[in-house]
Amino acid sequence: MSIHLVLFLFFGAVAVAGAINLLAQSHPINSALSLIAVMAALAGEFLLLGAEFVAAIQVIVYAGAIMVLFVFVIMLLNAGVEERTKGSRVAIMFGIPGMLMGSVLVAWAVLHSYGQDEVVAGALEGAPRDIATLLFREFLLPFEVTSILILIAIMGAVVLASKPQAVQKRKEH
Amino acid sequence: MVPLSYYLVLSAILFACGVTGFLIKRNVITIFMSIELMLNGVNLSFVAFAAKWHALSGQVFVFFVMVVAAAEAAVGLAIIIAIYRARETLNVDQMNLLKL
Repeated sequence: MSIHLVLFLFFGAVAVAGAINLLAQSHPINSALSLIAVMAALAGEFLLLGAEFVAAIQVIVYAGAIMVLFVFVIMLLNAGVEERTKGSRVAIMFGIPGMLMGSVLVAWAVLHSYGQDEVVAGALEGAPRDIATLLFREFLLPFEVTSILILIAIMGAVVLASKPQAVQKRKEH
Repeated sequence: MVPLSYYLVLSAILFACGVTGFLIKRNVITIFMSIELMLNGVNLSFVAFAAKWHALSGQVFVFFVMVVAAAEAAVGLAIIIAIYRARETLNVDQMNLLKL
């Protein structure tokens, strides 16, 4: 067993355990922390595939910025343990077998069509320099469009999260 | 040396966990986190295929997915805060009316 395979299995086990823990926990803060574990493990997988830049922004943007936003909102809204309803029990009854069936089906199909094609560790240079060359030449237009998307998202978030007058007035009465 | 299919199977498992969380969870924030889990699963297969076919554009696409995920998280969490202000609950079963 090569060291590459051992590391793959280690990070993969952490990621799957975190994903299952996300489903098992009933308090959203526990789910958020296990999602951070999944993202950190996936950053390790990206490093194994030679994608250094993607691994770095996975940790900085995903595990850092986005998850901090989630944890902040969970604490702001003081979210408690979720209650079990009749609908959620039915969803668990159909959802878990559905997930198992779906992943087994996809795994079977993938193993059949790709067989033993191998990925060599670090075969591809995913250094920031190469990504930037691609990003600022071929993908310049999409890159500029995402800046407009982010601008609109910021304005939308500010407008949506600011206190609306109607709700404030209703509370005063 | 790890077969490409192992990476794809791991990505499929993570995506399936995300779909299940989306279906079985009743807290709107946890449902939102399940969507992030699905996006992460897809990112893994993007990077695996990029490494397989020596195409860096796969990694650039992961970058764009992350940008869109960040914008989506900001707007989505703002919507959740607005809903919580109006309804005082995070349970999706109780968010079944557009009207207050």
